[in-house]
Amino acid sequence: MQRTPLYESHLRLGAKMVDFGGWAMPVSYAGGIIDEHRATRQAVGVFDVCHMGEIHFRGPRATEAVQRLVTNDVGRLTDGRALYTVACLPTGGIVDDLIVYRVSPTHYLTVVNAANLEKDRAWFFEHARPLCDVTDASAETGLIAFQGPGAKHALQPLTKLGLGDLASFAFVEKCEIAGVPASIARTGYTGEDGFEIFCDAKDAVALWDRLVEAAAGIGGKPVGLGARDTLRLEARLPLYGNDLDETTTPLEAGLGWVVKLDGNEFIGREALRAQSASGVTRKLCGFVMTGRGIARHGYPLFDGQGQPSGTTTSGGPAPTLGKNIGLGYLPVGLDRAGEPISVDCRGKRVDAEVVKGPFYKRVGGAGRGPAKPVAGGPGNPSRVS
Amino acid sequence: MSAQQYPDDLYYTKDHEWARLEDRDGQKLATIGVTRFAVDQLGDVTQVDLPKEGESLKQAEVFGSVESVKAVSDLFAPLSGKIVKVNSPLSDSPEYVNEDPYDEGWMIQLAVGDAKELTGLMDAAAYQAFLREQGE
Repeated sequence: MQRTPLYESHLRLGAKMVDFGGWAMPVSYAGGIIDEHRATRQAVGVFDVCHMGEIHFRGPRATEAVQRLVTNDVGRLTDGRALYTVACLPTGGIVDDLIVYRVSPTHYLTVVNAANLEKDRAWFFEHARPLCDVTDASAETGLIAFQGPGAKHALQPLTKLGLGDLASFAFVEKCEIAGVPASIARTGYTGEDGFEIFCDAKDAVALWDRLVEAAAGIGGKPVGLGARDTLRLEARLPLYGNDLDETTTPLEAGLGWVVKLDGNEFIGREALRAQSASGVTRKLCGFVMTGRGIARHGYPLFDGQGQPSGTTTSGGPAPTLGKNIGLGYLPVGLDRAGEPISVDCRGKRVDAEVVKGPFYKRVGGAGRGPAKPVAGGPGNPSRVS
Repeated sequence: MSAQQYPDDLYYTKDHEWARLEDRDGQKLATIGVTRFAVDQLGDVTQVDLPKEGESLKQAEVFGSVESVKAVSDLFAPLSGKIVKVNSPLSDSPEYVNEDPYDEGWMIQLAVGDAKELTGLMDAAAYQAFLREQGE
């Protein structure tokens, strides 16, 4: 199993380690998942995301090369700005979801899912290398997420950089955090304000220790993959391999907002145009369990008449809401707020109800703000932190 | 938290359940729950599904399930018997399983059908040796 530079740090913190896509990762530390979930919603959580992949595109035709690979409009990026997007197959199926950072017009960084790194690398090399230099810097790059309403407050003392000036999805390529040369982005995967900090892999332990210490100062703590999953699910952020894969398209997944069909050419555009014109037949829907039961990945879904209607792609308890929630693909027509459905929870049919929008949405913009749960309500799912 | 990780007065199974035996009016009763090891593996328990009083169970049969944040796990009957009591407060307070697996977190009580089945269970020392063997 592969280890991040922080492996020993996790063991010292009493983490329970699991195999996550071939990586030995902390699922939780001593306090447990719910405790870590709450710490992130109320103060700040520190996440080892060193396992994620960093692939750089460099050269005069880098913009064109990246644009060919992703559905969002790379042309609207300026230096120091990032966007969330997906990369698609010619069929419109999703290769991966990722963030594209524009360092300069001739240098882009993409951050991809760890479990997809090899696949993405091969795909990117194949389609972008004719146009520019593509390098996988994953092994040399450390990445730590610092997420929560107290993130800015706790992090500011560790850097001269004015964190308040860093807008959502903005980043600074060269700065110093806790004495470590780093890049910092205002992005995340928890539904909270926060930062993702890149550093040299050899500096990751030093940075981690200082971040954990800074978090502890305001009641925050290290957070494992268990709470990372409950946090992102409450914020209705999709997880590749669960909610997205090569058989689902961004239009079905509710990610139409990252697909620019009228912009520049990209792989999968024709298929997505055709699907957009004919209309999708199923949509990724959120649901709240109204009966007693917890939906899990793979559990069958039924419409109000009891007819098989899809499958749960993600599901579990939502600690902030005190409810059990899930995501799954349902036929168009059932994707209405309040639509009664049911879930086959290991042989038991349990009632649920479709909800629109994020299950949880923090109050306030990119700055600090008290966290407040909402069950439904408007808003795009986004990876905005 | 229970003072002892694996109390000496309990019987244990390889599926990480425990049984506490007592005699009441000539009837052997077994109170059943899951071990500290199971609880540590599960993490935060968010739902416990238990059978109804009066149902009969066979040894090793699934009698319910425990949902944690991460996953769901089956509960296996350590012994055969008829369920005489169910720890119904667990449906509202599943956290008792984490906080106190050997006391407040008990799950069901059986009128033991066949006391000979006890020979297939482990005592605390054997269970801990079993855990070590499993590399835990």
